[in-house]
Amino acid sequence: MPVQTLIEAVTAALREEMARDSNVILLGEDVGVHGGVFRATDGLHKEFGSERVIDTPLAELGIAGIAIGAAMNGLVPVAEIQFADYIHPAFDQIVNEAAKIRYRSNGAFSCPIVVRAPFGAGVHGGLYHSQSVEALFYHVPGLKIVIPSTPYDCKGLLKAAIRDPDPVLFFEHKKSYRRIKGEVPDEEYTLPLSVADVKREGSDISVITYGVGVHLALEAADKIAAEGVSVEVLDLRTIVPMDKAAIARSVAKTSKVLIVHEDNKTGGVGAEIAATIVEDHFELLDGPILRVAAADTHIPYAPTLEEAVIPNVDDVLAALRRLAAY
Amino acid sequence: MSTTISMPQLGESVAEGTIGKWLKAPGERIERDEPLLEVITDKVNAEIPSPVAGVVERIVVPEGQTVPVGAELAIIGDGVAAAEPPAEGASGSGSELPSETTGPTTLEDAEAQVATSQEQVPQGPSGAASSAAPVAIQREGEVGARRSDGADGDEGPKRASPLVRRLASEHGVDLSQIAGSGLGGRVTKDDILAHIEAQGATPGSAGVPPAPDEAGGTPALPAAAVPPPAAAAPLASAGQLGPDEELVPLTPMRRAIAEHMVRSIQTSPHAWGMVEIDVTPLVGLRERLLREWRAREGFELTFMPFFVKAVVEALRESPVLNARWSDQGVVLKRRVNVGVAVAVADGLVVPVIRDADQRSLAGLAHAVRDLAVRGRAGRLTMDDLQGGTFTVNNTGALGSIASGPIINQPQAGIITMEAIVKRPVVRDDAIAIRSMMNACLAFDHRITDGAEALRFLQSVKRRVEAYGPDTALY
Repeated sequence: MPVQTLIEAVTAALREEMARDSNVILLGEDVGVHGGVFRATDGLHKEFGSERVIDTPLAELGIAGIAIGAAMNGLVPVAEIQFADYIHPAFDQIVNEAAKIRYRSNGAFSCPIVVRAPFGAGVHGGLYHSQSVEALFYHVPGLKIVIPSTPYDCKGLLKAAIRDPDPVLFFEHKKSYRRIKGEVPDEEYTLPLSVADVKREGSDISVITYGVGVHLALEAADKIAAEGVSVEVLDLRTIVPMDKAAIARSVAKTSKVLIVHEDNKTGGVGAEIAATIVEDHFELLDGPILRVAAADTHIPYAPTLEEAVIPNVDDVLAALRRLAAY
Repeated sequence: MSTTISMPQLGESVAEGTIGKWLKAPGERIERDEPLLEVITDKVNAEIPSPVAGVVERIVVPEGQTVPVGAELAIIGDGVAAAEPPAEGASGSGSELPSETTGPTTLEDAEAQVATSQEQVPQGPSGAASSAAPVAIQREGEVGARRSDGADGDEGPKRASPLVRRLASEHGVDLSQIAGSGLGGRVTKDDILAHIEAQGATPGSAGVPPAPDEAGGTPALPAAAVPPPAAAAPLASAGQLGPDEELVPLTPMRRAIAEHMVRSIQTSPHAWGMVEIDVTPLVGLRERLLREWRAREGFELTFMPFFVKAVVEALRESPVLNARWSDQGVVLKRRVNVGVAVAVADGLVVPVIRDADQRSLAGLAHAVRDLAVRGRAGRLTMDDLQGGTFTVNNTGALGSIASGPIINQPQAGIITMEAIVKRPVVRDDAIAIRSMMNACLAFDHRITDGAEALRFLQSVKRRVEAYGPDTALY
């Protein structure tokens, strides 16, 4: 099987879906002639033309609004927000319009948009090129949120997101764009949304995570295996709606849970996962549910400070050891 | 340096109190005058503040238990002793116990149970199963609940995770019998599974709980593995509940009211009387004043202040009804403190208007409203609820036309004001439509007799009927 980077998987998914369905269009800042600041749409403008790969003004509210309007009129837009840090002007369109259209029209209209956005820290992007924004949308009914961790997942999930009849936020961790490589089959495939994936089987502790957290967890699991602790890594892949059955299976197996994400701890996705487990599976627990997450502050520009704020393998290892000893 | 908190005397006739709620747990810091617990006596929750600052060393009486006035409830320490870790519980650890505890306790069980936490316990140098760093194990409010049969130095119930507790109860395992390998000697899942396996306690089910179904629900427990529940909740007096019965647990207030009612009926031979009062002029007066009153005072003018005032003045004429019984004689009360019954969410409270005879009608209206509002909000204080000398109950508000009220001990009587209804009555040999109301009196027949009681009732009647256009509110 050919090996691809995560960004190559994004491009491949977009290309295949555009070839499959002429209603699929791309829009965003510099996605056309330039091919995107991260090269996610590289070559697509040449291949599909400026009618279907649209360079927009620097106005995220407009990008989201145009995508929503086009979706309600039969197109399948994939909007790119250049950095997730800039999605905030589009918040109103996404939350007040896209998320509500099906409900508001009693099912007469739907809003099959995908909003792609690179997010996350670890590349010295500073305050405005490092944010994790999933928790801001996590709270909103009517939105699906996908965060892939591997090229294989990324391609299959993005294709599924484009085919999904409702709005999907597709957040791609920019640090994993070129660092994470993996086998991606040439054959056509999609992966179902809202299905988690056990990235590593284990029996003592479950790490529930997504995005780059998966790679931190896998590395930490390798290290602590030498200490006789068996760690299971559950990659949620879709954080809303999350795969509660997979979480339940893993908790029943290990009875101890660590949640890892790069977003801030307070009010983060991990809080919801922990609360759900305690509500539904209290009597499966043999220890406290721990979270490893970013400190509740902004992502600093200085590399040393950035490294201190976001979670790393040592943070995950320390939490695993604490749980193992409990 | 420790301070003992005892059950206070919360009212003149109060001999005991029930612990409603502990507001601090053992080990928690408490400031002077900060509320420590809620005590329930006759129909009231009273917050008991801590007389000293310190750390709650231990709680002697659990919630829901009733103890006499003066009984030891809790110990507040200066924080030094509480910081010491309790002994690790492996039996035969060679720990030497302190000889005696300090401070008396009323509950022997409790004393034995908590003796080791009182003072620093030297850790045995050898033999302890878990010589890991001792972690202060929080002692829950379990005093007197369980006593291990283990050797001296047993520390009582261990902290355990939800999973371990479930496995223990499913397999009938006593956690204190397992040496824990977890943090601070905690019994881990692996520990208890190994123990169950070693015992072969429940064949075929010792293992990881089955995976939940796809719906994500917590897996059902295998039926065969569940022993009959040990010592189900005591239903002694309720007996075996039938399929068409439901047991509603008693709230502390319900229990207090029940106790008080039984005591009152058993204490005082109740006799009853009733008079019929023509309140037509009073109804007219109130209707005329309603709008102006509401504009001026901001709340509804009710009939209660008029009734209370009439009762108070009648009590001045019949002091024997403003009294209490004693074996040495009838104790007359110089002050007239009128209790007014207020229905609240889970029962009834009877707060008191002090020196009701010194208030105008407007003053009584404000007093009645204040007590009703605070009563419904649960914000009455112990002071509001004690010292009553007579009780007025506005049962008419509930639509009643006659009642047989029960005396609020240790008072001499209680009067109910019933519903005001328009009735055809004979006036000057003609039939007239008048607003009529019954007033019912229950009195302690030990203290007085029907003649005096009816004189009192007639006096109330005369005063209520005398209200009219010239009545001054202020």
